[in-house]
Amino acid sequence: MSQPQNFKTIITSDHKLFDLHLKETFQYRDLIFLFVKRDFVALYKQTILGPAWAVIQPLLTTVVFTIIFGNLANLTTADIEGNLFLPSFLFYMSGNICWAYFSTTLQGTSNTFLANSATMGKVYYPRLVSPIATALSKLIAFFIQFVMFLCFWLYYILRGDTGISITPMLLLVPLCILQMIILSVGCGIIISSVTTKYRDLAMLVGFGLQLWQYGSPIAYGLQLVPDKWMSFYMLNPISPIITTFRYAMFGFGYFDLSYYIYGWGVSLALFLIGLIIFSRIERTFMDTI
Amino acid sequence: MRMEEIMLKIDNVSKKYVLGQLGGTTLRDELQRFSAKIHGREDPTKTIGTRDYNKGETFMALNGISFEVKKGERIGIIGHNGAGKSTLLKLISRVTAPTGGTICLNGRVASMLEVGTGFHGELTGRENIYMNGAILGMTKKEIDAKIEDIIEFSECRQFIDTPVKRYSSGMYVKLAFSVAAHLDSEIMIMDEVLAVGDMAFQKKCLEKMSDVSKKEGRTILYVSHNMNTIRQLCDRVIVLDHGIVAFDGNIEEGIDIYMGIQAGEALSVEYNLQTIPRLYQFGEHLLITRFRFLNKQEPVYYSEEPIIIALNLTSKINLEKVNVVITIKDSSYNKIGMTLSDDFSIYQGKNQMLTLKLILDTLSPGMYCLGISIISIYDNKEHYAYDDPGTKILFEIKDKNYPDIIWHKEYWGNVRFPNMQFVNSELLYP
Repeated sequence: MSQPQNFKTIITSDHKLFDLHLKETFQYRDLIFLFVKRDFVALYKQTILGPAWAVIQPLLTTVVFTIIFGNLANLTTADIEGNLFLPSFLFYMSGNICWAYFSTTLQGTSNTFLANSATMGKVYYPRLVSPIATALSKLIAFFIQFVMFLCFWLYYILRGDTGISITPMLLLVPLCILQMIILSVGCGIIISSVTTKYRDLAMLVGFGLQLWQYGSPIAYGLQLVPDKWMSFYMLNPISPIITTFRYAMFGFGYFDLSYYIYGWGVSLALFLIGLIIFSRIERTFMDTI
Repeated sequence: MRMEEIMLKIDNVSKKYVLGQLGGTTLRDELQRFSAKIHGREDPTKTIGTRDYNKGETFMALNGISFEVKKGERIGIIGHNGAGKSTLLKLISRVTAPTGGTICLNGRVASMLEVGTGFHGELTGRENIYMNGAILGMTKKEIDAKIEDIIEFSECRQFIDTPVKRYSSGMYVKLAFSVAAHLDSEIMIMDEVLAVGDMAFQKKCLEKMSDVSKKEGRTILYVSHNMNTIRQLCDRVIVLDHGIVAFDGNIEEGIDIYMGIQAGEALSVEYNLQTIPRLYQFGEHLLITRFRFLNKQEPVYYSEEPIIIALNLTSKINLEKVNVVITIKDSSYNKIGMTLSDDFSIYQGKNQMLTLKLILDTLSPGMYCLGISIISIYDNKEHYAYDDPGTKILFEIKDKNYPDIIWHKEYWGNVRFPNMQFVNSELLYP
């Protein structure tokens, strides 16, 4: 009685390693958009200042950094030796907005399965939708902050008493942003996959990020790092991203092609590993969460 | 034929869970356990004095089930707690993956969300409709086309632009249901969602569901413990028991089988009622100790056969005038009626056996359940119950063929009253 029939969806127990549901995720783009909207709208509901908070946070952090690390601790804000003048305020702000994006995205995506388990336990949608939406909603905040940064940047350029210049390297900025997205989402989904079984990593994320920040050139310039430690220091994939971002924005600074390519390599590798683990875990995470 | 198209094919599907502590432990525990195992020491994470008897054992929530569902069928899935109903729905809706076997789907699956899942309190009703619809796989365009219908159906128009955190739980459900009901999915999954919401809305939902199923040929999988809603909505039931399909087919038969499974010792002829814990004051003064269906291997009665039962009683006080009440319920424990015995007396310290004949020839074929109580009736016709063990005693009426008509339980229920009599019949001229 059952004539051979083509079924649209077939669910079995076996799983192909590279079955990442990317096409399906694309079909759910409306959901991604709505999640982004939800994350962003809900964040600033019942606040007086609203999205202005996106600006206030990095602004205050930058002021504090400028006072504490710049004026009190007197840490260098130069990435290379030289006498081109870079306002420390702008230096700290460039590092802060990048780090803020990286850390909030990593933290948000590392929570994907735990935070959405109620919905995900009831209904299927491509699970990748959630981390993508997180990354995009944080990106909106980043762009608001980036615009603020551009205002200060333009102000210092127009003042003309700094070493900042506009160079073709500026074209690297979008690449840096893309790399930040890939790296933070990659790390985030790896952590979120592992935390479905072991909650330890969820504990680690918060202060791990804090420690990571001290290992990255955000509160100090690269000059502070001794030359013999440099290759070790640059193993941290976020370091080349931030120094390159600064080099692109200011027209001078530290840029090493091999570290830059290494950074891309690590980011892409982590992202790919993340996707594979994530799509493997998402099938049965409800049983272990 | 279009309607013959198979929408869902479950082929030898199983799902295995590992028992004991496994998920949710910390990495440290796991490492400690691992190192202890290597060094041959006792597991340091184990609670002292416990034997991990089910550690690492597995549990088959589903154990090789197979069935097919055609387009437009409305399937009720029933079974006791832990039979695998929810696991099955989880596999079909792809929340988790099967351990073995294949599930073939021909179309989109929409699961009805539990109260408020997928809702965000800060967003308005309208925004949540879009959210919820998108979670269920609709595109923005599809929702745009249906938003008015959805709002209308939800009865929440007045509050649609208010954040849903201010909604009552009933409104939550109404909104969630409305979104799911307007989905263009070919297969709909409902897991006891109608439990909340007022009666009128429940009825509206069931009608809407059978309506879309009949008109648009949508396939519905409905899990519920409420047999009445199963009867209203479904046209086929699947009974699951311990992870296997115990029955697949006609609704009434399925419900009877499910009730039999649920009773555990299905269809026993003898019940020891002495030690069964009683509610309230029951059994304090007078105790029903034993119940039997007499002259039977199993309590199955054919056509007009009378039902003879025996009751053993023991009393701590003298009672001059008491009566036996037998209540009859259908297989889903809906009350059908009662029958009262003549008066009898029982004296302090005495054991007594009563043999009674029940005349239940108005009952249609099917599975029934009877309850016993001993009462005394006051002068004002109110009564006082001395004992009611509360045990559900199952019996079956089988192969009863009416000479004049085939009985349809779904239309007429359980009782056939004596035929009507013509008082008069005359021709009327205009």
